Amino acid sequence: MATHESTGESVAETVGWRTKLRYVLNGDLVRSLPFWGVPFVIMGIAVYGGIGYNIAISLTDTAGIGAVDWSSLDLEMYRQALAAPAVHRAALNTFVLLVAFTSISLVLGLFLAILLDRQFRFKEQVQMIYLLPMSLSFVVTAKLWVWMYNAESGVINVTLGLFGIGPIDFLGDPSYSLGAIVLALIWQFSGYTMIVYLAGLQSIPGSQFEAAQIDGASTVRIYLRVIIPQLKAASVSAAVVLMVFALKAFTFLYALTGGYTPPKGTDILATLMMREAFSNVQWAYGAAIATMLLIMALGVISPYLYYQYRQGSL
Amino acid sequence: MARDSLADIDVAGIVNGMDHRRLGIYIVVTLFIAFFLAPLEAGILTAIKTDASIAQTVPFLPPGTDGATAENIGTAYGQLQSSIINSLVMAIPATLITIVLASMAAFGLTMVDWRGQVGILVLFLIGVFVPYQAVIIPVDKFWYQVFPLAQMLEPVARLKLVEPEHMLLVPLTITHIAYGIPIVTILFRGYYQSMPQSFVEAAKIDGKSLTSIYTDIVLPLSKPMFGVVFIYQFTQIYNEFLFSLTIIKYADSTAATMTLVLSGIGASISGIDYGLRMAAAFLAALPTLLLYIAFSEQFAKGLQTGGA
Repeated sequence: MATHESTGESVAETVGWRTKLRYVLNGDLVRSLPFWGVPFVIMGIAVYGGIGYNIAISLTDTAGIGAVDWSSLDLEMYRQALAAPAVHRAALNTFVLLVAFTSISLVLGLFLAILLDRQFRFKEQVQMIYLLPMSLSFVVTAKLWVWMYNAESGVINVTLGLFGIGPIDFLGDPSYSLGAIVLALIWQFSGYTMIVYLAGLQSIPGSQFEAAQIDGASTVRIYLRVIIPQLKAASVSAAVVLMVFALKAFTFLYALTGGYTPPKGTDILATLMMREAFSNVQWAYGAAIATMLLIMALGVISPYLYYQYRQGSL
Repeated sequence: MARDSLADIDVAGIVNGMDHRRLGIYIVVTLFIAFFLAPLEAGILTAIKTDASIAQTVPFLPPGTDGATAENIGTAYGQLQSSIINSLVMAIPATLITIVLASMAAFGLTMVDWRGQVGILVLFLIGVFVPYQAVIIPVDKFWYQVFPLAQMLEPVARLKLVEPEHMLLVPLTITHIAYGIPIVTILFRGYYQSMPQSFVEAAKIDGKSLTSIYTDIVLPLSKPMFGVVFIYQFTQIYNEFLFSLTIIKYADSTAATMTLVLSGIGASISGIDYGLRMAAAFLAALPTLLLYIAFSEQFAKGLQTGGA
């Protein structure tokens, strides 16, 4: 491909601008434009126009009903947000949720994938059951888990009651609520990490396993030393997806209570931002928190994109 | 200990020649099946119990003959019916239009080589990961202040059978298309990259135009991918909540989607009606659950390449 282009270019330089223009018009950029142009413009307006508009609003003092007030532009909202204890609490909760949810989902998914990877007879059926929660809306999941955690007659408290523990109001007690939410999200997502790891495991030739076995290595050792180190790419992409999800997890928390205020002790930046903007109508303040969320998401994905670029997989 | 060895003998007797290690795997797999199905099982059983039975029986055991009822499901159906239709009316065209646009974009960015392509691609990729919170205030301002499309379309509604409020589904559909394009493009691009490039090269040498390469070669070859992507994106849009909340706003709107109505069902001043709530959750999840059971393989494939 590259050779075609360079020969074409040197020809274009020696001939007149008409030919040059014709060359550009027949070039691959222009010829491919009708295919990606329209979707690119729609996406560009929505994503980058949206981001720009959000940042612009965050610089104003817009609040209440009515149009955006462009009269004074400054970083006041960011200063307020960075000084607010509510933002600090939400940032800490976001961080705890992100780390706990991502790491446990990855480990559990890897465990399930290894469990099903080798010579398991009902592999496909079991895999289907483990992945089932991913087909549900977060609103549905939230309803199911509110009932699971119910203090009087929920499954978890009834089960704990058999061992003489509880009852514990998991979603009402701030010392348990964040952990309870992490568990529910792990329930929904570990099937996803499992299938990502299963795809990774399938790409490793079985001969490696057999060779190590002949050498007398135990199964645990083979996985730790030979197989798992090769799952780096799968781990990285799953981790990025999970971390970005943890940053924007709003729907699940909203649906737990049916309102903008999540259970006590579980307020994260995403819920705080939505509540400030849409419930307290502090648009500029909400927009500032949204920008901070965006920066955090970019902090997660830019190393990933760079890694992908270096690997040549872009 | 005693119990363990008893289970050993039983199962080993049924499955001939099974060793201890294999048995251990089966037990762990079964425990996880219980973990993943418990919330669903308890939910379904609660949905068919009377209030008295919910209070008296354990949530994961079935009700007695006098404790079973179809009342919750009936009530939930009445409350959800129109919103499920709204969700389908919105999600099906949104998914189809997204797929058409994104498959073209992916073709333009994969099958045709030109410098700067990676830059465009990175812009699409960032679009996949941007948290919707970072654009949600603009989405609200855009559809209510800058370009109130639903309001503009209200006269159209008066001519037909739909309510003026239903017009809110139009901006919602457009929003889903715009924010769905990046991920669906990336899904298609992954597939096109794995397709043998020799077809395209040969067609180019034959002097075929890009359009005919797309319609005659690439489209027929990517039929299975269209299935995968449809299932993935339809599930995403049908289950999505944030855009519905921002654009439709109220669960009692005639345009309210499934997730919007479901988020408020079963909560009343007198307490939470879990029977009704569970029945509603299952009715609402039914379309995507059926799709998943019928096409779980395609669903898994979509997730593997596209992410959650």
